Amino acid sequence: MTESATNNSKSSAKGILLKIVRNQLFIPLAALLLLVLFNLFTDPGFFDIVLKPSSTGSLILSGNLITIIDNASELVILAIGMTLVTSASGGQDISVGATIAIAGSTVLRIVKTQASDIPGGKFAGIIIISFLLCVVVSAAFGAFNGALVAFFKIQPMVATLILFTAGRSIAAWINNNDNISINDNRFGYFGNFIPGIPVPTPVFITVICLIVIAVVLKLTNLRLYSQSVGINASSSRLNGINPKMIKLLTFVILGVCVAVCGFIKVSRTSSITYSVIANNIEMDAILAVALGGNNLGGGKFNLTASVIGAYVIQFLTTTLYKFKEIDSSSISAYKAVVVILLIIISSPYIRKRFDDLKNKRLAAKAQANVGKEAN
Amino acid sequence: MSVNSNVLGGNKLKKRASLTDTNLLLIITIAVFIVMYLCAVLFLKKGFTKPQMFFNILNENASLLVLSCGMTLVMITGGIDISVGQVTSLVCMTCAVYLQKVNDGVINGNVFTSVLIALGIGLAFGIVQGFLVAYLEFQPFIVTLAGLFFAKGMTTIVSSDRISVTFEPFVKLCRTEVNVPFLGSVNKKGIFVPAYVEVGVIVALAVVVLLFCLLKWTKLGRNFYAVGGNNQSANMLGIDVKLTKFLAHVLCGLCAGIGGYLFFLHACSGSPLHAQGAEMNAIASSIIGGTLLSGGVGNIAGTLFGVLSLSTIKNIVTSLGLEDAWWTNITVGVMLCVFLLIQSVILARKNNKK
Repeated sequence: MTESATNNSKSSAKGILLKIVRNQLFIPLAALLLLVLFNLFTDPGFFDIVLKPSSTGSLILSGNLITIIDNASELVILAIGMTLVTSASGGQDISVGATIAIAGSTVLRIVKTQASDIPGGKFAGIIIISFLLCVVVSAAFGAFNGALVAFFKIQPMVATLILFTAGRSIAAWINNNDNISINDNRFGYFGNFIPGIPVPTPVFITVICLIVIAVVLKLTNLRLYSQSVGINASSSRLNGINPKMIKLLTFVILGVCVAVCGFIKVSRTSSITYSVIANNIEMDAILAVALGGNNLGGGKFNLTASVIGAYVIQFLTTTLYKFKEIDSSSISAYKAVVVILLIIISSPYIRKRFDDLKNKRLAAKAQANVGKEAN
Repeated sequence: MSVNSNVLGGNKLKKRASLTDTNLLLIITIAVFIVMYLCAVLFLKKGFTKPQMFFNILNENASLLVLSCGMTLVMITGGIDISVGQVTSLVCMTCAVYLQKVNDGVINGNVFTSVLIALGIGLAFGIVQGFLVAYLEFQPFIVTLAGLFFAKGMTTIVSSDRISVTFEPFVKLCRTEVNVPFLGSVNKKGIFVPAYVEVGVIVALAVVVLLFCLLKWTKLGRNFYAVGGNNQSANMLGIDVKLTKFLAHVLCGLCAGIGGYLFFLHACSGSPLHAQGAEMNAIASSIIGGTLLSGGVGNIAGTLFGVLSLSTIKNIVTSLGLEDAWWTNITVGVMLCVFLLIQSVILARKNNKK
């Protein structure tokens, strides 16, 4: 104790630095900083934000930064649910992309029946009903996944493989595989801009979701319970927590997150393509959780880190898109290289090695000091 | 003393029970396949009565069969490899580009070199992923996810268009049909048409037999089970856990290379859209075949029947007239669900006995 204390006092700056490096938020923030610096050097105008009139005539903010924050909305909302599921069940849900398709299809099924010139009040009512229904539907699918994981003890990745295979087909089945596009401009408000407000609506929805989850974690025992279930399910059962219900609950929460994403997704384009909508988003969401330094095997989690991780992933995607010579479909190769590098840096193995090296150096120093004192 | 003998007896019982459980999964899979095929023969008739229908299933799924076998190996050691589908796509594209260049006289080469390229790509993926998983102890899912992304991107970097191969020797190889002895059907004109399989099927079946022997009778094969069953006790038994996991991934990568080439042989072209979702089909076949994702349990024979069941049900759905693609996926999903529930019940029973 005394040794470390003196060490700290001697090199307090070093100690603080070490503390920062050890922090879970360090990796995602460092990655974000790296991307920001990279973009600043290659293109100083990258972060310009301008207020200009959109195609509909109202003033909107535009710029790369706004695009990133706007497009990351779905990923951030998904990362919230995915972090909880990862923490409690020690596995990931790979069906979120397919369930987004189902949720979006449900919304369109309700909205398409209405004429485009109905009054505002009635339209709002329809939107609310369709949204609630899509929340119920995807929460039910979440509960299905959760039940398989909690009650039948199937690994999450395998249990969700079922919906991963069948989900997009179910989405197509809901609407009879029709190509639907909603002509009403007001439907697009939730995925684009509300006239008069220069900030994209998905940003507000994301902020609301973040506030809600922060309040829930603050007021309830959800964080403690899901972490303890993730660390050791049987001992938390002995302590009076019902692990099955907690696991089910996290999957239902993810289902609700998915519903919000699906709603935003279909609102962005006012239409749906069953096989393409939210393609590969499950991979991005899992990467966001991993990038946040959360243990994918369950247990302790840090939601802030996951959210920052989601923004980093979107930042990376946009940065890569900026290079015009990169084909949009070959982007994943570059993404993979970056992701592998990030994971290697943040892996516990490398960190342990790093710490070992540091400890050795410290020990050598201490020995040298002892030698000096003896002299 | 009596307590002691009880314990011993209990151990013996447990061993026998677990063995029958593993076999039970296999028997269920085989039974389901046979019942399904018989139903198809009895009620659908459209072509299912002809032996060629069965061999067509094999022709179409030779690649999936090899991929699933590799997947089974990795799953037995307790890992997973979701990159195989995109590696298949990459192999197809690279070989197609290579053979077209040979055809145009840009470079010298032959079909044999393209096989080597395919195996090389598969091996490279296997070695890198295996190293990251086994020696750097990353999550297999994340590592192979990155592999999937990388292969997907590389495919479009190699070429983003669909390429049909017109290289003469290769096309000849593609079109080669090997007649199956004693089987065939009489066509409308009354001429006996023998049933045939493609070259790929023979290679795939050879891989199945080889891997079956590997798992059943070699030290390495038994090590796979030991590592998957319990990491630490395998370590205490003196098994090199890291090396075993590494080798499983290398073999899976090699299988992805072979499977990729078989897909290429069947499709005769390269396209970024080839083998989309093949990794999920491979995982689904392994699970239906009785491999547990928790590791330690699995069987290549089961995987063979898993692939057959999966593709038979797809064919049945298509021939029922439900041509819309979604019905296939929904039935596969339901089938997967049923098999997972059976597995879970069996596992729960096993745990209760303990």
